[in-house]
Amino acid sequence: MVASRAIGILRRFSNASRTLRCPGYICRNFTRSSALLSRTHINYGLKGDVAVVRINSPNSKVNTLNKELQAEFIEVMNEIWANDQVRSAVLISAKPGCFVAGADINMIASCKTPEEVRELSQEGQRMFEKLEKSTKPIVAAISGSCLGGGLEVSIPSAFDMMLTGRNIRADRAKRMGLVDQLVEPLGPGIKPPEERTVEYLEEVAVTFAKGLADKKISLKRNKGLMETFYLPGLTSFAMSIPFVREQVYKRVEEQVRKQTKGLYPAPLRIIDVVKTGLEQGKEAGYLAESQKFGELAMTKESKALIGLYHGQVVCKKNKFGTPQKEVKHLSVLGAGLMGAGIAQVSVDKGIKTTLKDATLGGLSRGQQQVFKGLNDKVKKKALTSFERDFIFSNLTGQLDYQGFEKSDMVIEAVFEDLNLKHKVLKEVEAVIPEHCIFASNTSALPINEIAAVSKRPEKVIGMHYFSPVDKMQLLEIITTEKTSKDTSASAVAVGLRQGKVIIVVKDGPGFYTTRCLAPMMSEVLRILQEGVGPKKLDSLTTSFGFPVGAATLVDEVGVDVAKHVSEDLGKAFGERFGGGSPELLKQMVSKGFLGRKSGKGFYVYQEGVKSKNLNSDMDSVLAGLQMPPKAEVSSDEDIQYRLVTRFVNEAALCLQEGILATPAEGDIGAVFGLGFPPCLGGPFRFVDLFGAQKVVDRLRKYEAAYGKQFTPCQLLIDHANSPNKKFYQ
Amino acid sequence: MTSILTYTFKTLPSTSQWAFRFSIRPLSCSSQLQAAPAAQPKSKKTLAKPNLRNIVVVDGVRIPFLLSGTSYKDLMPHDLARAALSGLLQRTSVPKEVVDYIIFGTVIQEVKTSNVAREAALGAGFSDKTPAHTVTMACISSNQAMTTGVGLIASGQSDVVVAGGVELMSDIPIRHSRKMRKMMLDLNKAKTLGQRLSLISKFRLNFLAPELPAVAEFSTNETMGHSADRLAAAFAVSRLEQDEYALRSHSLAKKAQDEGLLSDVVPFKVPGRDTVTKDNGIRPSSLEQMGKLKPAFVKPYGTVTAANSSFLTDGASAMLIMAEEKALAMGYKPKAYLRDFVYVSQDPKDQLLLGPTYATPKVLEKAGLTMNDIDAFEFHEAFSGQILANFKAMDSDWFAQNYMGRKAKVGAPPLEKFNNWGGSLSLGHPFGATGCRLVMAAAHRLRKEGGQFGLVAACAAGGQGHAMIVEAYPK
Repeated sequence: MVASRAIGILRRFSNASRTLRCPGYICRNFTRSSALLSRTHINYGLKGDVAVVRINSPNSKVNTLNKELQAEFIEVMNEIWANDQVRSAVLISAKPGCFVAGADINMIASCKTPEEVRELSQEGQRMFEKLEKSTKPIVAAISGSCLGGGLEVSIPSAFDMMLTGRNIRADRAKRMGLVDQLVEPLGPGIKPPEERTVEYLEEVAVTFAKGLADKKISLKRNKGLMETFYLPGLTSFAMSIPFVREQVYKRVEEQVRKQTKGLYPAPLRIIDVVKTGLEQGKEAGYLAESQKFGELAMTKESKALIGLYHGQVVCKKNKFGTPQKEVKHLSVLGAGLMGAGIAQVSVDKGIKTTLKDATLGGLSRGQQQVFKGLNDKVKKKALTSFERDFIFSNLTGQLDYQGFEKSDMVIEAVFEDLNLKHKVLKEVEAVIPEHCIFASNTSALPINEIAAVSKRPEKVIGMHYFSPVDKMQLLEIITTEKTSKDTSASAVAVGLRQGKVIIVVKDGPGFYTTRCLAPMMSEVLRILQEGVGPKKLDSLTTSFGFPVGAATLVDEVGVDVAKHVSEDLGKAFGERFGGGSPELLKQMVSKGFLGRKSGKGFYVYQEGVKSKNLNSDMDSVLAGLQMPPKAEVSSDEDIQYRLVTRFVNEAALCLQEGILATPAEGDIGAVFGLGFPPCLGGPFRFVDLFGAQKVVDRLRKYEAAYGKQFTPCQLLIDHANSPNKKFYQ
Repeated sequence: MTSILTYTFKTLPSTSQWAFRFSIRPLSCSSQLQAAPAAQPKSKKTLAKPNLRNIVVVDGVRIPFLLSGTSYKDLMPHDLARAALSGLLQRTSVPKEVVDYIIFGTVIQEVKTSNVAREAALGAGFSDKTPAHTVTMACISSNQAMTTGVGLIASGQSDVVVAGGVELMSDIPIRHSRKMRKMMLDLNKAKTLGQRLSLISKFRLNFLAPELPAVAEFSTNETMGHSADRLAAAFAVSRLEQDEYALRSHSLAKKAQDEGLLSDVVPFKVPGRDTVTKDNGIRPSSLEQMGKLKPAFVKPYGTVTAANSSFLTDGASAMLIMAEEKALAMGYKPKAYLRDFVYVSQDPKDQLLLGPTYATPKVLEKAGLTMNDIDAFEFHEAFSGQILANFKAMDSDWFAQNYMGRKAKVGAPPLEKFNNWGGSLSLGHPFGATGCRLVMAAAHRLRKEGGQFGLVAACAAGGQGHAMIVEAYPK
């Protein structure tokens, strides 16, 4: 979540196309991106007295701004300004669905010094300053993704948008006053809809530009929502008082610090820049902006997030190619939280899905979960009630195996019990067709053990989803020695359709994600037993960058699941996975403290109550299992690093043993599936940026206190020994 | 009732078989035609099918279509339907007891008379032994009433059917909000004063906010005018073209009215008011005047305006349909045959109003005719932009190939044969009643102009459409 937000340098206006006017606004947009990239072309033609400037980066699906484009753009604009026949201009992209996608991250990454980045930024600023001062009206006709942002909107909304980098739908952008007119996408006519829509957008924009030049349309913009809401006069008056401004900066900064825990430098710099601009004037603001941008581009956080962006791009591709048969009918066994979640992300992509459970009660609960997930989107106006019903009609609920002969893929999400999985696999294989794939959604049971009873092990694969399925982006796909390439291709294709970021790992106890999490969880238990309270532990982990505190995470995952996994993996990996006492989880399970799902875990959960209170019944449990803390490794920082280094060490072992194919997949899996701090970029990026030697030193220090659990793996030692060795070259 | 239905269904397959067999024959015939058009000017082959009853329109009437909020505004829908039925009785002098069945179409239902067909029939003096039911299919509701009647006759269940349609837009059912309704219903059930008081205490002022009948498409939440504007834009239909077409519709309607061609109109003595004798929405204006109007839906740059859209209308229509042998036995001289018909449906968002484009080639194929065989086109005009978009779609090979799965376009209807006596834009469009008007207009035009085949087509909310071939009854 955090990662994607912070990465969101490019903001995406989706769904509809729109025109927007006001040169000033455009300037600010583009400045923020201070864009770069190669191969760009701009051409323009005249429609009466309106110049239509078309942006079209060759050989690319998206338009990106770079030096070449900037030069061409300035040339074109100079011609337009010099041409007496031209009275106004329209900026439009020749690509349907993309206006300007923004900066190429590679270009920023390839800059070696802050000065280089600053120079690029300033070039952009100069270009747009010229635009801002244009005497001829300019209309930007935007269809699809576009850089957003804008200082013109009143201060409160500007802050909000710039900091979170969230996507704004076209209709909302209009209400906020960012754009002036919306053009709805057209349906089929005498040309493909996308083509005609862009053409129509251009026609409307040209009319608009003419109207502006002829002074038939007033330049005064309709009041945006924010302005109306805050009473424009009052706001601007209030903002003219330095004291009030000071208070606004402070409030925003507090808010930002609270949300980012000070781990992400960019938002704070943005506040600085805005402050400079408002207090010391435009020039100083622009200068500050380019300087800070240059500095930020050089930070570790920037490198980490850029790395994640690239990793994500890789994990959105199917390296196994196109499967022989597209999955049209999906069957999901078990209508629990996971099963229903998998069904939900499938039906809304148009996959006919059968949800099967053993009991009517369980099935109804699952169907309700899917409905609620869709209905929440209706409440947020992301779907209409009709679309919801239409999507929901893709779901069939049943208690038997009727119709399974039509299934192209079965994903089982039954309880984590090998015998049960075997039973289900045999039952299913008796009814499914030859080509049907059997996927197991297990978090720890080795797939080859599940496949042991299969008649066709080449069709068996692991698909490990993360809870809640509709929110968590990761899908971990597990292949065994016997899994065929086409089976893998099909599983990845389904995952991609479900909108997942996918890592493919080799089979083994706990695969990759669960295996990395287990030793860290074991450490969590030990820390709790050493007398650190769940609240303190949560704050230590979140301030390190984890989106969810460690104790809360146990509650969310489910104490029984955690117990199950720790027992299974404890058996498989022995001493290395030791640490806290398994007794703690056992006692919690026996008392019914299963975490959020049972209402009690480390915390008490009540329907409708937001603030979390500690479960006071846990005091006696923890007191009974108390262990003496070791003073030399119990500082706040040590506690944080004990958790993180165990995680990182196990991740490195997975790479060393070939469970992971690439460090990139390891980083994506850790960040998107387990909430590894995005600002660190994942365990492997962390080792690169933090230094392998330092990681090994930390491990050695804790090894001295606790023994084998902290023994650094060979791969980390190799990296520490040769400083040139990096996971990412 | 059930037996009628099952019987109808049983006979359906054989009907379509016939249609299929039949479709082969005339194809060769039309190719002959193309080979020697001069020698054989027009196919005089009738569309009668062996083993199928011929179904005829004896006559049809309508009360004048009025802008809503004018003379009919104090009436109820069944009053209008009653007037149309009385007019039909008077015009045809059909003995009431021979009418086997009555079917009416309507769209926005008055909740007090949800089976408006029955209420109107009783009030118009039809026999209380004649069953009646009401159908709804948006703007093609009375088409559905007619074709339901055709089905009853073709399957041998009935010999004489009255079909019609009615719409009263002057009064629409505005409801209490759901919350208010719920409270009122709960109050009904509350037994003690305490229960009642506790219910009333939950009352909030916003409960009083009224709920209007949907003006927007339920599935997409888009109003029809908005969809029409997008459709016009998709087919690049300009504002000027739309205004020109609307002006044509009004001018032709005016001419037809002045020349007394709209003979299906029967006068209606409105209780408490003067007798209404003429449609009152026909207002030919000038392009200049029309050009001044602002767009009504897509603001500020849209092209659909009040002047190039059909207006809210009150009205009712009715027609007498019989098996040919029955009509002849009763001594009638029928006006037309009702021949092949189709219903189509497509994407309700982007192709909401393209029904005629889809239905036309289908019904022509079914009847074994080509566009050249049609002498009178009567299309429902929801919006100028919609009609012109349909023309462009019908004239586009690209559209036919990519969206309709056809090899080639069917071609746009020649304008000189198209809606020559005005259309919904000028005469008005009472949703439930327009279908019968289209058929009667086609029948009357064929008689007047001497043609043989008429094609009636219409679009409807929900992305549906309809087309029917009307064949002139030999003089």
